[in-house]
Amino acid sequence: MAKDLCKTLADLKEDEALAIVEERLKAGGDPMGILNDASRAMEIVGTRFSKSEYFIPDLVYSGEILKKINEMVKPKLTTEGGAKKGGKVIIGTVAGDIHDIGKDIVVFMLDVSGFDVIDLGVDVPAQKFIDKIKETSAPVIGLSGFLTLAYDSMKQTIEAIKTAGLRDKTKVMIGGGQMSDEIKKYTGADAYGKDAVVAVSLARKWAGAK
Amino acid sequence: MTSEEKHEALFAKWISPKDPEGNDLKFQSPQAEKAFKERITRIKDAIQMKKLPDRVPVFVAPSFFPAYYAGITPQEAMYDYDKCSMAFKKFIMDFEPDGNLGAYVPGPGKFFEILDYKLYSWPGHGVAPEQSYQCNEGEYMTADEYDKLIEDPSNYFTHSYLPRVFGKLDGFQMLPTLTGILEMYGVAMNFIPFGLPPVQATYKALFDAGAEALKWMGAMGAFNGEITAAGYPIIAAGYTKAPFDVVGDTLRGTRGLMVDMYRQPDKLLEALDRLTPIMIKMGVDTAMMAGHPIIFMPLHKGADGFLSDEQFKKFYWPTFRKVMMGLIAEGVVPMPAMEGHWTTRLEIMSDLPKGKTLWMVDQSDIAKAKKTIGKVGCLFGNVPSDLLVVGTPQQVKDYVKNLIDTCAKGGGYIVSNGAFFDQAKPENVHAMVDAAREYGVY
Repeated sequence: MAKDLCKTLADLKEDEALAIVEERLKAGGDPMGILNDASRAMEIVGTRFSKSEYFIPDLVYSGEILKKINEMVKPKLTTEGGAKKGGKVIIGTVAGDIHDIGKDIVVFMLDVSGFDVIDLGVDVPAQKFIDKIKETSAPVIGLSGFLTLAYDSMKQTIEAIKTAGLRDKTKVMIGGGQMSDEIKKYTGADAYGKDAVVAVSLARKWAGAK
Repeated sequence: MTSEEKHEALFAKWISPKDPEGNDLKFQSPQAEKAFKERITRIKDAIQMKKLPDRVPVFVAPSFFPAYYAGITPQEAMYDYDKCSMAFKKFIMDFEPDGNLGAYVPGPGKFFEILDYKLYSWPGHGVAPEQSYQCNEGEYMTADEYDKLIEDPSNYFTHSYLPRVFGKLDGFQMLPTLTGILEMYGVAMNFIPFGLPPVQATYKALFDAGAEALKWMGAMGAFNGEITAAGYPIIAAGYTKAPFDVVGDTLRGTRGLMVDMYRQPDKLLEALDRLTPIMIKMGVDTAMMAGHPIIFMPLHKGADGFLSDEQFKKFYWPTFRKVMMGLIAEGVVPMPAMEGHWTTRLEIMSDLPKGKTLWMVDQSDIAKAKKTIGKVGCLFGNVPSDLLVVGTPQQVKDYVKNLIDTCAKGGGYIVSNGAFFDQAKPENVHAMVDAAREYGVY
């Protein structure tokens, strides 16, 4: 019997993990079973990160290994993966700001924590957030920004959500290099999260996941 | 000369500026000259930690704030060098910092356009005219190119890296390796690429870019002369980088770098070693050319959380320290800027000779910084960006007073903002400078 994929992947042993996947696929193993194991491994990675046992490079590397596993498994898949158990979260870097490293880490952590994450990318105009909120009824919005210029952009985005009549249906969290609780007040957001772990617990509180 | 003598010689040059003809610079007034020398002496005493300065010095280190403050857009600051100089001059004259960064931040917009620079988006080119420029993360060096970089860094930059970050340097891919030019026999073969249209187009772009760079430097030189004559010293001569950031910021990118630590750690370490003397030379040459002791080092990928402790000790710190020690050996003062949070790194980074470094602190625990790096090096910064934007002048003053109480005892501290900022309430920036003067007298 092949070694435990979940443990191997959670321990970031790339070569071993890929070998296990290959072996299981060759033996006619269930592709969904492989993805489920991988998903459990990602949860462990997320937990280790939140306990400061893992750091950003570990998250990035686990994501890279997962990408490879997905590529191997995809051709064998007959159905799309199941729907996410957690709530929906819309996230994006606000207009005028094109930084995405921090945002991508938050997206990763929300994703492995079971949320259905809608990533709008960078330099996202307020209207795009509004359109997506209307389309998906997502209860949680994450605004990312690295620059002090993002303060006003966040403020304007939140005001636009309010003007569109959607503010009381949504909770807004902000994050990024120069953000703080003071900026939360300034922008009218509901919370500031200093890192991806806080983002996940805020989303849990607001959207409810498993 | 010993490194100590070189160090003193560079400070001596900084305090006695020359005009472009090489004569002693004429100050606007005897008061301006006195103020200039007092400011440098104050900064020097803070850095060297041998005696107390007359008071805690104060820096204001903005990004595009002077443009907004003067009512011009970042786009105007990048394309109209006179407007840029006007804005930064107004900023310096109005806030009167002991140290400033000159007017180099915006850079020449047209120059970037001529070469079709892809590494950054700038106002009018990917970001709005009223926004600052921002880096486009990417794998400009691919994962399998370490050997090429290690074997011959300048050849790698010319043939592979530069054509990727500048669209117009495409022709460099076709250049011969010039070390093949040896004997009469076959020598002409090496020159054939220079006859080909893509290479000629690249050289044409280079000539235009060079002319634009000169024009910009002319404006910067005039600006520097003017503010120096008015009594205001510029903090740094130029910059160099920690080798780990060289690879992580603009060669492999953050993601590529992080994955390389697992997939090819030995290659990464070898590349870091290879880049170390190059980064030392970059800093030392700049300092010598400018006759100025301080070299800025923006620190990025070693911040808290970006690496585990083990990874920091293995990949980031050894070559970063080597670059600093290489600068110090030539009398140069490294000025690393710990952008973001570096609290978990402070202790490790304290392993340095005393009185030779100048550290910009952003959001790291400043009390801990004082007890660690602060024992061997001068600290500046920690006034937060958010406070400058949304706080009140009284809150800023209280913050600065607390900083002075925490850090200024025994010298080795300079009041300053912690991150290069675009936006702030002017009255808050004034409050920061005023508080340094009010509470910082020894």
